[in-house]
Amino acid sequence: MCTVLEYSGDKLTALLSGEIDHHCAGKIRDEIDTAIEHHRPACLVLDFGGVSFMDSSGIGLVMGRYKLMKSIGGEVRVENTPKALRRVMKLSGLYQLAKFDQEEIEL
Amino acid sequence: MRPTNSIKIEFESRSVNEGFARSAIAAFAAQLDPTIDELCDIKTAVSEAVTNCVVHAYPDRLGKVYISAAIYPDRRLVMKIRDVGCGISDVAKAMEPLFTTGADDERSGLGFSVMQSLTDRVRVRSKIGGPTTVTLEKKLSSKGEKDGSL
Repeated sequence: MCTVLEYSGDKLTALLSGEIDHHCAGKIRDEIDTAIEHHRPACLVLDFGGVSFMDSSGIGLVMGRYKLMKSIGGEVRVENTPKALRRVMKLSGLYQLAKFDQEEIEL
Repeated sequence: MRPTNSIKIEFESRSVNEGFARSAIAAFAAQLDPTIDELCDIKTAVSEAVTNCVVHAYPDRLGKVYISAAIYPDRRLVMKIRDVGCGISDVAKAMEPLFTTGADDERSGLGFSVMQSLTDRVRVRSKIGGPTTVTLEKKLSSKGEKDGSL
């Protein structure tokens, strides 16, 4: 697991990779939150493109960032969710909270 | 029905072992030649059950987590994840979607919902101060079902 953070034009992008479970969710959360506090972006993009596994800890991670971004008047976008992760995303109801690429919701 | 194969593993409730546990069970399940989706479901469900042991059964200490898994001739995989931690006072409540006692730690409260969605059957037996056993059962598709020849 490692997280690469990129900031440009009011948008903070977190490129997530590896396996997201309870063991590593705390570290990812701290890294992203530190960057949010620092940049106060209008939009946080969580890019799941490099994630090979995720359980409900990943859902907690998205929900928590959603709350944080909402508190500073920003939004969360979820991008590049691999097919294997979409079932868990879907059953969590996250599609109602964060913004997803339309094609990801349909698949 | 007797299992055609079975395993048992035991490990400490360290969070780093969540990955070990799901990979170990996935490796055992591999002999059933599961689909990628089925393997992903198994890993995710086991990860949820083991995380519950790490987070809730032993909140302030390390304890032992025991997993047994068995394969049955009808291609059922039965996994039992057991701890001897604090026990669950209200199992029905614990299984409600979004219910969590770990809100501060950003637990989503979806662990049991995920287990129920990704397996065929989830049973929980628990006693306060005594052992908790989560039994997950999943029937894997047969080769004919997978390639459409059935």
